Amino acid sequence: MKSTLIFCALLASISLHAQTKKVVTHKKVAAKAPSPTGMVASIARGKAIYATSCLSCHQADGGGVPNLNPPLIQTKWVLGNKRELIQWVLKGSKGKVEIDGETFHNTMPPQAYLTDLQIADALTYIRNSFGNKASPVLSSEVKAARVK
Amino acid sequence: MNYSAMKICLTTASLFLASFLMASDSTKIAPPVILKLPAGFHANMMAENLGSARHLAITDNGIIYIKLNRAKGGKSILALKDTNGDGKIDDSSGFANYGGTGIALKNGYLYATSNTTIYRYKLDAKNEVINPAAPEIVVSGLIDRGQHNSKSIALDNDGNIYVNIGAYSNSCQLQDRTNGSLGMDPCPILDSAGGIWQFKAGKQNQTYGDGIRYATGLRNVVGLDWNTNTNSLFVMQHGRDQLNMFPQLFNDEQSANLPAEEMMEVKKGSNFGWPYCYYDPIKKKKMLSPEYGGDGQKEGRCTSFDQPVFGFPAHLAPNALLFYTGNQFPEKYRNGAFIAFHGSWNRAPLPQKGFFVAFIPFKNGKPSGDWEIFADNFAGTETISSTRQAMYRPCGLAQGPDGALYVTDDTKGAIWKISFSK
Repeated sequence: MKSTLIFCALLASISLHAQTKKVVTHKKVAAKAPSPTGMVASIARGKAIYATSCLSCHQADGGGVPNLNPPLIQTKWVLGNKRELIQWVLKGSKGKVEIDGETFHNTMPPQAYLTDLQIADALTYIRNSFGNKASPVLSSEVKAARVK
Repeated sequence: MNYSAMKICLTTASLFLASFLMASDSTKIAPPVILKLPAGFHANMMAENLGSARHLAITDNGIIYIKLNRAKGGKSILALKDTNGDGKIDDSSGFANYGGTGIALKNGYLYATSNTTIYRYKLDAKNEVINPAAPEIVVSGLIDRGQHNSKSIALDNDGNIYVNIGAYSNSCQLQDRTNGSLGMDPCPILDSAGGIWQFKAGKQNQTYGDGIRYATGLRNVVGLDWNTNTNSLFVMQHGRDQLNMFPQLFNDEQSANLPAEEMMEVKKGSNFGWPYCYYDPIKKKKMLSPEYGGDGQKEGRCTSFDQPVFGFPAHLAPNALLFYTGNQFPEKYRNGAFIAFHGSWNRAPLPQKGFFVAFIPFKNGKPSGDWEIFADNFAGTETISSTRQAMYRPCGLAQGPDGALYVTDDTKGAIWKISFSK
């Protein structure tokens, strides 16, 4: 019962969030953002890339593994600055990552072998799954981050 | 929100309201997870929400010392008591502000570890810590590079302490956990990690140079115990992950079911072959790792390494090992080994496994039969696709003075007492 209620509350907040977000993104990046169907396609392609390149550590529900692999649910890394998020994927990480007082210790290998579009799709999927709702990542943004 | 979702939520809300009104005179909460045990055994949860409870040690007068992975309220070692014997903790205190895993009792001292240091505290005649604020430092400066950094400990009867120093790598690849990356040969990690080190239990301020690398070729050990029958150390290794980083050689299913979680009897100078080899529980052989030219069939140099005494299913994450020496449990359990399997994460995309306490009988210092699940259902649900879905994860084991078995969980911070009565 409790979980259903949480689900309902979540659903309500997500849809509210999505509505407000739409207004903002519409004005800001209207020229660059993919059409709604483009985003749906990106998420679908990203899901497949997530399954082969991300899922074994970050798990099917994006929940990660306590002490080892960070969760991808409502964290500042996933929902925040896209440039930083892209860098995580390109460069990976060694040592400790801290999220809300929890620490995660596993190595993340660099995923730079993926194409710009594959990384953009995977991140767009992650930013719009597991209860996340955020703007898409574009392959041009990945390309720019690689140059840096 | 679309209309149908709204309708479901409204229906749910009214159902909730109805059930709330009906149940308002009751103070009952949701039923807790019930552990599944063999006939005659029963478990009771002594406490919950203790923090990330890793290993534990119990004094002969029943004080339960628990090491927390992270300090909670400034305390990372808990001292718990059940003073009236009703199976619930009714007296708790704590001290120490460093997170860690290892804890053990020996000769009037409580030993505890951070991820770099072994401390010890002198106990009084009632087994209480005399000066919680000023422990002796037994060993410091042990490697902590994040991955596999917990330091588990065991003591022998000759004044030595054994500590696991886990390898800060999965399989000693040039690029850790990267598809197709080859292994470093020789693996430089083995100089300072990937093994068991032996130090003097009673000497202060030791560092690497004061100890000896007692055994090597062990990727990461969390569960270990000194076997007083064989007078030797037994360890449980966390076997390597992700054989499917070489997808042309290992598919997802093979990667989920290989290699075994190995139980080893450790002798001075043992070498169990990590990272060059992994143990195939079907072939019952050490096989050459793909990072070193293996293909799932080649043994190569692996015939020269020490063999495990038993291979358990892959990736179950053995976090505690305990040889049972009590009299409360039936004869079958005497001198046998209990193992707390924390539960897997890297069997994905296949379902995760583990989240139970296993038992394997021993005779003449060796496993004398197949293993079995002893205490099950810590996860609280049958199918786990993501590790965090497990409600509890067994992490520590100890035997109480009454011969009961105690189990800690580091997810919700629970402790159970498992007893037997005819």
